[in-house]
Amino acid sequence: MTETLPMAGAPANANAVGLTKNDYRGFPSTLCQGCGHNSISNQIVSALFEMSVLPEDVIKFSGIGCSSKSPTYFMNRSFGFNSLHGRMPSIATGALFGDAHMKGIGVSGDGDSASIGMGQFKHAMRRNVNLVYIVENNGVYGLTKGQFSATAEKGLHLKKQGDNPYMPVDICMEALISNATFVARSFAGNPKQVKEILKAAYAHNGIAVLDIISPCVTFNNQENAYHSYAWGKDHEEPLHEISYIAPRSEIMLEQEMNEGEIREVAMHDGSTVILKNLEKGYDPTNRYQALHALEEAQQNNWLLTGIIYVNTTKPALTDIYNLVDTPLNRLTEPDLRPERAMIDKVNALMF
Amino acid sequence: MTKIVNDFSITVGTKNGSGSSTANNTILRAIFKMGIPVSGKNLFPSNIQGLPTWYTIRVNKDGFIGRTETNDIVIAMNPDSFVRDLASVTPGGAFFYADDIKQPVTRPDIAAYPMPIKTIVKNDPNIPTDYRDLVGNMVYVGILAHMIGMDFDKILAALTFHFKGKQKPIDMNFNALKAGADWAKANLEKKDHFWVEPMDKTEGMIMADGNTAAALGSIFGGVQFVGWYPITPATSLAEALNDYLPILRKREDGKHTYAVVQAEDELAALGMAIGAGWAGLRAMTSTSGPGLSLMTEFAGLAYYAEVPVVIWDVQRIGPSTGLPTRTSQGDLMFTYTIGHGDSHSVILLPGDVYECFEFGWKSFDISERLQTPVFVLSDLDMGMNQWMSKPFNYPETPMDRGKILWEKDLEELKGNWGRYLDKDGDALTYRTFPGNKHPLSSYFTRGTGHDEYAKYTEDSGIYIKNMERLARKQITAKQYVPAPVLHGNPKASVGIIAYGSTENAIFEAQDQLEKDHGIQSEFLRVRAIPFTKEVDEFIERHDQIFVVEMNRDSQMLQILYTEYPQYATKFRAVAYHDGLPAAAKWIREGILAKHSKQKVAGSKPKAKKTASKAATKPKVRKEAVKASAKKSTAKSKKK
Repeated sequence: MTETLPMAGAPANANAVGLTKNDYRGFPSTLCQGCGHNSISNQIVSALFEMSVLPEDVIKFSGIGCSSKSPTYFMNRSFGFNSLHGRMPSIATGALFGDAHMKGIGVSGDGDSASIGMGQFKHAMRRNVNLVYIVENNGVYGLTKGQFSATAEKGLHLKKQGDNPYMPVDICMEALISNATFVARSFAGNPKQVKEILKAAYAHNGIAVLDIISPCVTFNNQENAYHSYAWGKDHEEPLHEISYIAPRSEIMLEQEMNEGEIREVAMHDGSTVILKNLEKGYDPTNRYQALHALEEAQQNNWLLTGIIYVNTTKPALTDIYNLVDTPLNRLTEPDLRPERAMIDKVNALMF
Repeated sequence: MTKIVNDFSITVGTKNGSGSSTANNTILRAIFKMGIPVSGKNLFPSNIQGLPTWYTIRVNKDGFIGRTETNDIVIAMNPDSFVRDLASVTPGGAFFYADDIKQPVTRPDIAAYPMPIKTIVKNDPNIPTDYRDLVGNMVYVGILAHMIGMDFDKILAALTFHFKGKQKPIDMNFNALKAGADWAKANLEKKDHFWVEPMDKTEGMIMADGNTAAALGSIFGGVQFVGWYPITPATSLAEALNDYLPILRKREDGKHTYAVVQAEDELAALGMAIGAGWAGLRAMTSTSGPGLSLMTEFAGLAYYAEVPVVIWDVQRIGPSTGLPTRTSQGDLMFTYTIGHGDSHSVILLPGDVYECFEFGWKSFDISERLQTPVFVLSDLDMGMNQWMSKPFNYPETPMDRGKILWEKDLEELKGNWGRYLDKDGDALTYRTFPGNKHPLSSYFTRGTGHDEYAKYTEDSGIYIKNMERLARKQITAKQYVPAPVLHGNPKASVGIIAYGSTENAIFEAQDQLEKDHGIQSEFLRVRAIPFTKEVDEFIERHDQIFVVEMNRDSQMLQILYTEYPQYATKFRAVAYHDGLPAAAKWIREGILAKHSKQKVAGSKPKAKKTASKAATKPKVRKEAVKASAKKSTAKSKKK
């Protein structure tokens, strides 16, 4: 079902399906300026444009949260469903049966997937739903103004929350032990890697989990809150003490990282994230090695990035249902309602 | 001795998990096949093995097959419930008991028959040792069959059906049964009055449970996606879908036109079904009260996002442990406004197994036409017990898929369409499905906060306009939902309103009220919310209306107060909630307790005027709703 509709002369900058990058864009973002989520949306636009994916072949999904708003900001020509908090996986699971030739791109967050939606997250893994499952991970609840999420590290200090007393959930490890068939991690500030991983994920048949660390410029940042508090006080508008957001630029890596390289990246609040690229000889098809690498990274406080695990041998959910080739949502009464004679058979089957 | 023919009840007391259900179903089915109206109800605990369980059979030549609270014949197989079972026998009744239960039988007013079941089974070399307990149940069937004159050919037919024609188990069970019958013939002298004699009153009828009927109806409705999670008493509905879909939707190429997914919980079950419904599939889920509670947020989303989906709620008592295996009509009020924010639910209320089938297919038509969740509320009695029924009818109307736009429709419209644009003025809008290749086919779905073109907005005016359209949809719904069923005298001053599985018991109560108390009545069985004009007219024409239901708080009555505040003084609550299938006794007594011999003063002429207005002018109705809220509160305080 990838036939293209006739185009009135493709423009010069068109891709293989005759579309320009604009055909992949969404509405302007309403997220904070400098939010890593916007960068990820842009990479989705670029990746799918470069792959010449027809927007009509994609369904966008999300749950609730800052991250879940972002499907509005890319691929306007695709159908989209902004569902309930933590419930994106079930909506996607059902919807992808509508036309099994389509692929889902889901955007969730750490609150949406690692807390309220942990159950659905893991069950989407074990069912191998044909979905690129992006977790825009910032360790904090943004829309409710800065509470710890389940991926926040132990001891993290936030202005209004104090110190986080709990151990964090590791999205990639959860995905891996739930039998996900594609697990990757990246950093929103490394757009080139994000894009390349997105392409690989989109190409994967089945679930592809992308844990993308996407720093919150507003709440996972105590200095900023302090500054906004001061700003509010100075202007005698205390109501604004939380909602004021200082404009700032997104954190970007200045240089590409080499394989196996370990690099410290300074965050907005002066803290650092240590990125470690996967080693050259790393075999992403080996689940044991993948778990080992994640465990090692956790012990060393590294943020391991790259494609951590791929298994291309497992059928996606809709593959195992042996469905007719015609999309189910195009079937009509003769395909769906048993013929008249069958009612007698049914009555005969009863006592 | 006087004979009582085809008019008595049988209650079998056994231990849960002892394999007695085959035996009890055999009695039920054989009597049914003898042409005698009959019903069977399993009264079972929430337990896999060990606790007392009862099976009650009502045999009635006049067709009154609601559960009765008298036990004419009692078969006691369980030492733990022996004393209670013995005490429960109606004076003049019969008591069959396993003679290995060493307890005194102290009732001179009944016919007592000891049954040497263990000895009979032990002496039969054809019964393997580990089958003795199981097959032992067949011995009491044989003894009973001989004593009340059952037709052994019909018994064999019942066993053949049960074991799907497999000769070995049929023989083993039938032989044990015959051994019991032979023993009874040689050793027992008939001391009671009860007999069965062949009739022709079940000719052409079938016997089935409501969950199977619902599954079959859904299949004839073209179900394409099922998301479900196990819960008593709804589990067998999804299991029946799994059983019958491969048979009824078999294709030559071996491919499937449907998918059934067992979800991780009820949230996911409905989430998947909503995803599928949104993507253009006929999608459903089946659950019971606790599951429905979990589905609340999703149900609200589907209402606001206007996604068709069918939700079966096989009602039971809940939550948590206690009486989850007992029947109830306790989810009505909750379903009526399920979801947060304002919402109106479309609810279908099947009254028997036949309607479980019918509403199985019809619910998809209604849901897709209205683009809203449709809740079908049955209950444990209907869902899990075997009911005799008219044969299922092939759907009399073609599938109604509602307003859908595909590529060629969009080309004709030059892509000019709006997902939530009320083009036809009936509050029902057009939708497209993922996979539509027209570049302008897509839209972005969310709960509230969308304009007519599904664009994000938080504009108050647009929100209000959309909410008002959703309210109008409920008025449009009235022309698509099933009308109520009427029974009795339309000129009687007494009206009875009920719904669901209570019908048989109400028929009987009506008969008793007329014969024993000279009270004529007309009974209206509601089959859907929103109420159709037939309900308006019924309420208008009766002076006192008894609202009969199986819950504590008179939930249907509360909805009637809300919808018909101008008639509030006519309504009387007859609510009962012991978890057992409805019986005529409590309905009759409930009505008698509140029946007034005088006409209700002054209510009729005034009410008539208001009613005709209310039916045509929604504005009048809205004010009425406000007024009713107060009345309803006052009423509940009184209780």
